[in-house]
Amino acid sequence: MPELTYLQAISDGLREEMRADETVFCLGEDIGAFGGAFKVTDGFIEEFGADRVWDTPLAENAIIGAAVGAAVEGLRPVCEMQFADFISCGFDQLVNVAAKMHYRQGLAVPMVVRLPSGGGFSGGPFHSQNPEAWFLQSPGLKVVAPSTAQDAKGLLSAAIRDPNPVVYLEHKHLYRRVKGDVPEGRYEVPLGKARVAREGTDLSVIAYGAMVGVALEATEDLEGASVEVIDLRSLVPLDRDAILASVRKTSKVVVLHEATRSCGVGAEVCALIAEEAFEDLDGPVVRVTAPDTPIPFSPPLERAVLPQLDDVKEACRELLAY
Amino acid sequence: MATTTAKPAAIADGVTKAVLTHDDRRALLRYMLLMRATEERALTLYRQGKVPGSYYDGRGQEAISVGSAFALGPRDRTCILHRDLGAHLIRGVRPGRVLAQMMGRAGGVTGGRDGNMHFGDKELGAVGMVSMLPDMALVTCGLALAFQMRKEPRVAMTWFGEGSTANGQWHEAMNVAGVKKLPAVFILENNQFAYSTPNEREFAVDVVERARGYGFPGVKVDGNDVEAVFYAAAEACERARRGEGSTLIEAETMRMHGHGAHDDMRYVPKELFEVWEKRDPVDRYEKKLSDDSIDIEAIRASVKEEIEKETEWALEQPMPDPATAREGVFATSDPVMGDGNAPWSHWKQEAGNA
Repeated sequence: MPELTYLQAISDGLREEMRADETVFCLGEDIGAFGGAFKVTDGFIEEFGADRVWDTPLAENAIIGAAVGAAVEGLRPVCEMQFADFISCGFDQLVNVAAKMHYRQGLAVPMVVRLPSGGGFSGGPFHSQNPEAWFLQSPGLKVVAPSTAQDAKGLLSAAIRDPNPVVYLEHKHLYRRVKGDVPEGRYEVPLGKARVAREGTDLSVIAYGAMVGVALEATEDLEGASVEVIDLRSLVPLDRDAILASVRKTSKVVVLHEATRSCGVGAEVCALIAEEAFEDLDGPVVRVTAPDTPIPFSPPLERAVLPQLDDVKEACRELLAY
Repeated sequence: MATTTAKPAAIADGVTKAVLTHDDRRALLRYMLLMRATEERALTLYRQGKVPGSYYDGRGQEAISVGSAFALGPRDRTCILHRDLGAHLIRGVRPGRVLAQMMGRAGGVTGGRDGNMHFGDKELGAVGMVSMLPDMALVTCGLALAFQMRKEPRVAMTWFGEGSTANGQWHEAMNVAGVKKLPAVFILENNQFAYSTPNEREFAVDVVERARGYGFPGVKVDGNDVEAVFYAAAEACERARRGEGSTLIEAETMRMHGHGAHDDMRYVPKELFEVWEKRDPVDRYEKKLSDDSIDIEAIRASVKEEIEKETEWALEQPMPDPATAREGVFATSDPVMGDGNAPWSHWKQEAGNA
């Protein structure tokens, strides 16, 4: 198995799907001649041509709206938002047109919207957001957020083949930092299935995306505590069984994400645990998240906002001692 | 690239082969009458308290949806607006399903999932509108993109009011259609008011002139003349099929009812109604066909009979089962769209020649 970066794995997954299925095509800003702002589609226009690698005008609603039309006519579009933040400019087409289509009319919309998300590189308030919670409030959308190279490829394949609109959050901080052995050829990581990133018995950290790596590192050597790390992988559908199984095993839970706090994915996970596993708890459920602020630009400010290793360690230590 | 403002493109270009037989003309009148009868019946049902929410219709605009949709071939696709029931009827949605839709019945096109004119029958090649206008113009671009990518001589047609042209998504759609030379036909229904806002507060130019800014022709037609609309649409479809790109057709008309049934139209000068009443598209076409010795009474009688039967059927439909309210949020299989009816005699000849 070749070792690929997270970014290469996304690229590989998309390329393999386009080679195997001529209905798959991609569209977005600067994805053709330039290969995309982050080079996910580098070399694609040479291999697949300008029709299937469409350099669109700067118009996010057009990207998503055109994808909806193409999808219902039998194609499988993969949209790239240059940054996840710009989905706000295409929000209407995604949440009103794409998400509600099947419920209203029984018409499936197989499409993927790739969102390069997350902070940690001084991107500032408009290039660092983690907007996943917006889509949890839009029934009809599936939402995934891989943390490893292997999942990045497998979840992308599954998202492309799924008959629903799928929001695919790819964390920019992981693009070139995370590497892993990635199987050759097409394979799917099923949507809606969490992964146990590390088994443990004393405490569970439930995370996704870039925070899975932070969770693993922060709890690697925590005074000998056995910490389980759950990688959600899919936020919609949410793997409730995996969450509850881990809670029942460890009785103590830290929910960790980079996105802002209020009404975030963590709040939903906490509510689920409170409703379904209250009797299994041996301490309060703790959230480690960004506070409810925009993501600031300057490095010390950004570090103060995004969850850091020490924040996770401290939260875990306190809960273990409870 | 010239923007004609006096005649339909069909006449201006002089290249169209579009021909309407007497049977076609009977069909045009029949669909207009059927639209009007269906909407009149729906309004009655609304007043009887059988239609939840509000009620929206296309009174006075019948010639536009009927004339334009009549040009479509079976494999073409549509995104139809709430003033354009005629297009649904032409493509094959029976009036009973429309009335059931309005009443939120299980037998309605969306089975009660959505209301009023918010529907599209996928089996008939229609993608249903959403309330945000003009979102469907972009979906239309996507349909046209699929045809273009597969090199199929097919057309995507959509309708929107002049109010929609103020929204950024309209600009995005026109720009994409122009840049990609998409096989799309955009029918702009200028019915004088965006809800209560008149033209002069909507745009600072003659709205059809905007087409030139996107690199494709804009054509202005009398939206109350069903044949004029038809010829313009037929030419625009033909252009699209030839790979020459999109056309914007501005059909000038007047919304003779309120935005919805709750709207008393206090903002419309009374004289305006008087002027447009004289231009009623159904009356005009009845007179024209009568002058050509076509028996319009027979058409009226058959529409009346149909609407009675369809109303009866709609009223027999049960309300949807509340237990099903959570079903169908997600799809479990890929989309399949069917083709629409194409009653224009041209398509029968095509099928015969094939």
